[in-house]
Amino acid sequence: MTNLLAACYHCGLEVPPQSNYSVCIDDKPQPMCCPGCAAVAQAIVDNQLTDYYRYRSAPAITARELVPAELQQLTIFDNPKLQQQFVTTTAQDDIKEASLILEGIVCAACVWLNERHVGSLPGVVEFRVNYTTHRATVKWNETRIKLSDILQAITAIGYQAHPVDAQRQELVHQRERYRALRRLAVAGLGAMQVMMLSVALYAGTYYGIDATLAQFFRWVSLLVATPVVLYAALPFYRSAWRDLRLRRLGMDVPVALSIIAAFAASAYATVLQQSDVYFDSITMFIFFLLSGRYLEMQARHRAGETAEALVKLIPAMATRLAPTGLEQIIPVSELVPGDVVRVKPGETIPADGKVRAGTSSVDESLLTGESLPVRKLHEQLVIGGSVNIESPLEILIDKVGADTVLAAIQRLLDRAQTEKPDIARLADKVASYFVAALFIVALGVGALWWSSGPLQAFWIVIAVLVVTCPCALSLATPVALIAATGRLMQAGVLTTRGHALETLARVTHVVFDKTGTLTYARLRVDAVEICSNLAREQIIQIAAALERSSEHPLAQAIVQFAPHASVHATDCLATPGAGMEGTIDTVRYRIGRPDFAVPAGKQVSLDTTRQQTAIVLADTATVHAVFYLQDELRPDAVQTVRTLQTMGVQVVLLSGDRHAVVAQVAQQLGIHDWRGAVLPQEKLRQVQQLQATGAVVAMLGDGVNDAPVLAAAQVSIAMGSGTQLAQASSDMVLLSERLLPVVFALRMARLTQRIIRQNLAWAILYNLLALPLAAMGWIAPWMAGIGMSASSLLVVLNALRLRRPNEEITLA
Amino acid sequence: MNILYLLIPLGLVLLGIALWAFMWAVRSGQFEDMEGPAHRMLMDDDDPRVPRRQKSAEKPLPDENK
Repeated sequence: MTNLLAACYHCGLEVPPQSNYSVCIDDKPQPMCCPGCAAVAQAIVDNQLTDYYRYRSAPAITARELVPAELQQLTIFDNPKLQQQFVTTTAQDDIKEASLILEGIVCAACVWLNERHVGSLPGVVEFRVNYTTHRATVKWNETRIKLSDILQAITAIGYQAHPVDAQRQELVHQRERYRALRRLAVAGLGAMQVMMLSVALYAGTYYGIDATLAQFFRWVSLLVATPVVLYAALPFYRSAWRDLRLRRLGMDVPVALSIIAAFAASAYATVLQQSDVYFDSITMFIFFLLSGRYLEMQARHRAGETAEALVKLIPAMATRLAPTGLEQIIPVSELVPGDVVRVKPGETIPADGKVRAGTSSVDESLLTGESLPVRKLHEQLVIGGSVNIESPLEILIDKVGADTVLAAIQRLLDRAQTEKPDIARLADKVASYFVAALFIVALGVGALWWSSGPLQAFWIVIAVLVVTCPCALSLATPVALIAATGRLMQAGVLTTRGHALETLARVTHVVFDKTGTLTYARLRVDAVEICSNLAREQIIQIAAALERSSEHPLAQAIVQFAPHASVHATDCLATPGAGMEGTIDTVRYRIGRPDFAVPAGKQVSLDTTRQQTAIVLADTATVHAVFYLQDELRPDAVQTVRTLQTMGVQVVLLSGDRHAVVAQVAQQLGIHDWRGAVLPQEKLRQVQQLQATGAVVAMLGDGVNDAPVLAAAQVSIAMGSGTQLAQASSDMVLLSERLLPVVFALRMARLTQRIIRQNLAWAILYNLLALPLAAMGWIAPWMAGIGMSASSLLVVLNALRLRRPNEEITLA
Repeated sequence: MNILYLLIPLGLVLLGIALWAFMWAVRSGQFEDMEGPAHRMLMDDDDPRVPRRQKSAEKPLPDENK
């Protein structure tokens, strides 16, 4: 209670008032917000890695407490058949190599912590983390350590590692990046050389220059400019050619045309020993454009990679039971209807089917939004993608692949995605009109000047094309978006679609999902009602002691509620779906559902206004207490909702969970517009209804059931800890467990919008000023080149202001 | 000014070398991680409390300060 406003030393979140976790770091006890963070911090201290806390520049991601079953699941990656997909054997025997995606990297100290911790494991030969891509390469000695041990070691210090198949997409991207870098180098170095010679030529026109020397300079310029024009500028020709074949006019058409025409004319002038050469303008022009494209590509790759790799992680292997009872581990893709699979607790059910043996509860929250696990008995249907929680199940598979519920949701998502308004297409259309107008103007100007000689007319037309080149116009938006995207990435928001920021700035409604978004999808004891004369402390201890041997989320919540273990229960017995019983100090206690725990002939009055899950603790004669449990709200949910409301955004809550539960959460957060018990289709309809009234909707969600709604909303934001599918289809991903970055993203989006407007205004103003001047013949092509470059540079510098830490838009 | 006829071709040769060096750097992955190394050099690796990498970590650590 003393640390009411203390922040968790590990992740920076507020420490909840009733908890008192702490870890001794550098001989000083530091507060921790949850057992997850405490465990991670303890692991860091135990491994003598406390320097991490000195070096880091951002708080760590809130650690999640892992159920032993989840750690157990990592051993699946030791399976040689599965390893074939992502492990390469090096020249040395026993040394294997794999590429991993690391989740949770927020600053350079994270890289240090991981390299140090994993690198010191016996048997690990090499462990390198790439800070830019959040990828790690690990080499290990198969005879000394297993891959799952390495993955577990990473989990212990609060990060999540997934093996990835680095072969395909990654290599394509790498090749594309290398090619772009080579083009950039050729253009950059070429432009510098040509510029040096051009300065001499320009100076020569004023102060006089030896004619042979000037001609020599022109020949050398031609020599250096040729590879720049023929090799470095190739992407522009390709893209212009593609546009022309599709009978469109893109930005690249005048770019390619100007380059080719100006180069041809300059080369012609060089051969004929005339003075009008503009190799400097051409090469600078190419270099500037290539730089912009390179940055754009870099951002696009990085955004795509994380999402793509996560999709690949959806279940890999299943345990099939042969008719003889033998267990076989096979890839999920090889399952056929009629197969029987065994699913252990903590594992994901690989396909749709019926329970053949065993009873358990299953977590379907990803598919239905239901926050509590659902009981599955004999012959009941289970859905592929849900997670088995309590005890092993044998499942008779009846639908696989495209026939499953998960696949159906995915199809719904596809349809919603194609219905998405494509702002990018609109921008292209506007640009193509602009370019068409530009050509007409240029031709008109050329016709007017024809009378004063074709050569002069030609150079004036080139000047018009270059000076009005829409590159400032075309750079205005992407550069600002890239700068903002980079800044957001640092703040823990990953932007995966280009239009996301543009649209986010116009958002009028923010729709939240409840389970997993506003809440952790994790149960917590909300209140304890004491019904006997035992002390509150004692009751909590007894309850925790009984529940300690159960893996059920309800039980885990009660165990976590007790600060420490001082009481132990013997003869514990679990009744699946009902509760636990056990003996403490010769008294037999029961804890669980009211109908299970309440002794025969006794009554317990449950507080029905609470509408929460009630757990009763009783002995054979008396009821001792009722525990009310609820899904834990994210600590910054209230602040996020309130800040959004003060920013003039309507906040809406749509949830698949029970009505009463949603009502309570809405009331806690001060959300007036809410609906509970809505199915995925209904959510989609609600959002579309909002959109029909002219609202611009941003949807925050998590879970497969949200995927169609996420796709239908103008901007979709997924929680990074949520389902892979939701991430893959969303426009933005929150990489931390915090909600406040949404507010930051919104402010950033509005600022970006302002910068883009300034940039566009400048680009248009510049074109309006320069066009008449060029048309009058007052601007020589070299001036046009400088004007174009300066105007582009101004736009870029203006956009880079977004990268600066800005007080105006800091978090809340 | 005749020296320019020698110096400028020489400049072009240097240009060629610079270009080759850059291509080599790209090929050998120097541009893979642009942020990490800048931070990495600031992290102390020689703190005696930090467990040693690989070879020394496999042997028991000599008791250095406690």
